[in-house]
Amino acid sequence: MTATVERAPTEGATGSKRSRILMKGNEAIAEAAIQAGCDAYFGYPITPQAELLEWMARRMPELGRVFVQAESELGAINMGLGAAATGARVLVSSSSPGMSLMAEAMSYMAGSQTPIVLVNVMRGGPGLGSIGPSQSDYFQAVKGHGHGDYKVPVLAPASIGEAVELVATAFELAERYRTPVILLADGILGQAMEPIEPQFRHPPRQEFDWALTGADGRPPRVLRSLHLLPERLEEHNNVLQAKFREIARNEVRWAGEQLEDADLAVVAYGTAARIAHSAMRKARQEGIRVGLFRPITLWPFPEPQLRELASRPTAMLVVELSAGQMVEDVRLAVEGRCPVAFHGRTGGMLPTPDEVLAELRRLDATVRAGGAT
Amino acid sequence: MTAVATPPRVIASRPELLTDRSTHYCPGCGHGIIHRLLAEVLEELELAPRTIAVAPVGCAVFAYDYLQLDWVEAPHGRAPAVATGIRRVRPDSFVLTYQGDGDLAAIGTAEIIHAAGRGELITAIFVNNGIYGMTGGQMAPTTLLGQHTTSTPTGREAGAAGFPIPMTEMLAILPGVTYAARGSVSDPPHIGKTKAMIKRACKAQLDGAGFAIVEILSNCPVGWGMTAVESMEHLSEVEKVYPLGVLVDRSAPARQPAAAEGA
Amino acid sequence: MERSVVFAGFGGQGLLFAGQILARAAIADGLEAFWIPSYGPEMRGGTASCTVIVADEEIGSPVVDRYDAAVVMNPPSLARFGPRVADGGLLIANASLLGDASAERPEIDELRVPCTELAASAGDDKLVSVVALGALVGRLGWVTRESVIEAIREVVGVKRPEILEADLGAFEAGVRAGAVAVPV
Repeated sequence: MTATVERAPTEGATGSKRSRILMKGNEAIAEAAIQAGCDAYFGYPITPQAELLEWMARRMPELGRVFVQAESELGAINMGLGAAATGARVLVSSSSPGMSLMAEAMSYMAGSQTPIVLVNVMRGGPGLGSIGPSQSDYFQAVKGHGHGDYKVPVLAPASIGEAVELVATAFELAERYRTPVILLADGILGQAMEPIEPQFRHPPRQEFDWALTGADGRPPRVLRSLHLLPERLEEHNNVLQAKFREIARNEVRWAGEQLEDADLAVVAYGTAARIAHSAMRKARQEGIRVGLFRPITLWPFPEPQLRELASRPTAMLVVELSAGQMVEDVRLAVEGRCPVAFHGRTGGMLPTPDEVLAELRRLDATVRAGGAT
Repeated sequence: MTAVATPPRVIASRPELLTDRSTHYCPGCGHGIIHRLLAEVLEELELAPRTIAVAPVGCAVFAYDYLQLDWVEAPHGRAPAVATGIRRVRPDSFVLTYQGDGDLAAIGTAEIIHAAGRGELITAIFVNNGIYGMTGGQMAPTTLLGQHTTSTPTGREAGAAGFPIPMTEMLAILPGVTYAARGSVSDPPHIGKTKAMIKRACKAQLDGAGFAIVEILSNCPVGWGMTAVESMEHLSEVEKVYPLGVLVDRSAPARQPAAAEGA
Repeated sequence: MERSVVFAGFGGQGLLFAGQILARAAIADGLEAFWIPSYGPEMRGGTASCTVIVADEEIGSPVVDRYDAAVVMNPPSLARFGPRVADGGLLIANASLLGDASAERPEIDELRVPCTELAASAGDDKLVSVVALGALVGRLGWVTRESVIEAIREVVGVKRPEILEADLGAFEAGVRAGAVAVPV
């Protein structure tokens, strides 16, 4: 279990602070993928991730790599499926409505164990929704995305620097476990600019014994998700489930801050965690001992770590840019050991630090009074 | 000359690319013939070692059990997009899609039109038997007017169910399409012509000329409620709606192959 | 120390650019910076705004409850962001377009800058946001003048060298406007 209690992405930097460059989130994610050895990118324009596609449109041909603006998100993800089936490193990106269209192929790739990295720069829903930042695709991402029994690793950066790092991680996980991986960002992370260290990771290449390269001097290979015989499909599902358990054992990532003496813990990921971070500072100035628990992998969810945290006398406040999705996993994890309150905004609206602070004050008062939330 | 010393003359045998197993196709189904044609062409052009084929959803989903190639299964209708991804990252591969009429002419119209529009260097084999065989014989976009299916029980009527869609004619007008033809498996002469079309469509990809498609009119004895022989004879009726022949053969390359780095 | 400013006005007034220059200057000064635009259809005209947060520690929330400073370039921006300046904060109002309009908040420092005229005197009347950025830096000194000038040289010098001198002049004019005595 990797419990990365990390510093802010810019603080722990090795180089001089002045060597940092200002990059837009969408562009930094794209460049990180390029530096990670992405062979092919397929996409379709949608706000708020269009700059990612535009960056790829310029950079990939410069490098002699593949860029295709597809006819739809269906086209994009299936081009990705084809390219990834040959063992190529593939990135596909979209925003919420486009992700819904990609659910079908994601299910196929989970079934056929095809590695690919998918970026979702989330916007408000349901339906066409808004173009504002949101975290309302949590369920979609962590509960499988498409049809059938499967999970895919979901990585949730809270800063552009962390997004750059997690892009490389996403490719590593995809190839190590032969699985699609989702990088779950939001409109803020996509559109904002922040300084990043221009240092990128380049995951090493491996030979794949499953990649389709033409049956030249070896038996043919087939990448399939169809197993018509129920016995065969169950066997296949057992293989997948064993893999999911292995990922859950090995790949949990999270960050904690000031949890040691905390009476209250805010649980939040991505942009919501940054808002919670500011609220935590304000609360501490008022003498309310608040800590922050920030899941970085949303699946596998840091369930044992949260459960352990909940065994101390504490209450939790979950903050999301949604009507309440991750809060369900938090409640499942703590199994009633402590009260779990929720605060969220939807539609592209963001909770402000003062809003979260008000919730913390309320929770603090309730806990002190010995009441339920 | 002694008769004993003369080895028996082989006039037909199973192409090596075909596996030695019975297909799951219904008796009399045309898919078996088309699989064989493909195997023969790929062997004659020595393409099998670098072929990556895309399997559809529909009766031919199990094509990978019969043709000894590298295969990837595409979601329903998405084979041309999947093939695009493969061909772009592996410019040295030979990429083939095998799709039925539901796959190509209904759910996958966007993908086939845009792959053709981009002039992707892929070869599409489009098997048109005018019906959804695998799901029990429902109407396809290519079902003839008046034809009885389980979802047009009184016969396809244009007012309610629309007209048959001539996909290959539609594709043939796109400048990215270098070769488009329609053949049939109704009898040996037609089968021979269809094989020549498949070969030409494969060569178009090898020449880097553009997108190539061969539509093959095939039968579905079970779905059509006919004997195998009746269904083959009935293809002459189908050919009246979907005329056979080469629709377009643009010899000049439509586009340069995309610059791409191999995986 | 964490400071926030919103630049708001019409699309085409260069507000997003001015915000980016501020963020770059902050990085050059060894500070943390965060820049976020209003995005989407808004960028096709109408209103545009961006928020910049500058800090000497890790930046938390990308949204703030109250801005330490606001640059408002047109009447809708004044109406929207005037009330959101923190008590004791700074409002830079583009007098060229706002005339006598004011946030009418005695508890904030309202600086009226004739951005269009100052930009024109520097050689390009479109550089109104650069003037406003100068006024902000001249008034509050969150970042050094030198870093702003370096950032302008890096960005404009590459993309539009023909207006570099005008940009630098507009910035200096703004700094001078911002450095006038704070009204008591």
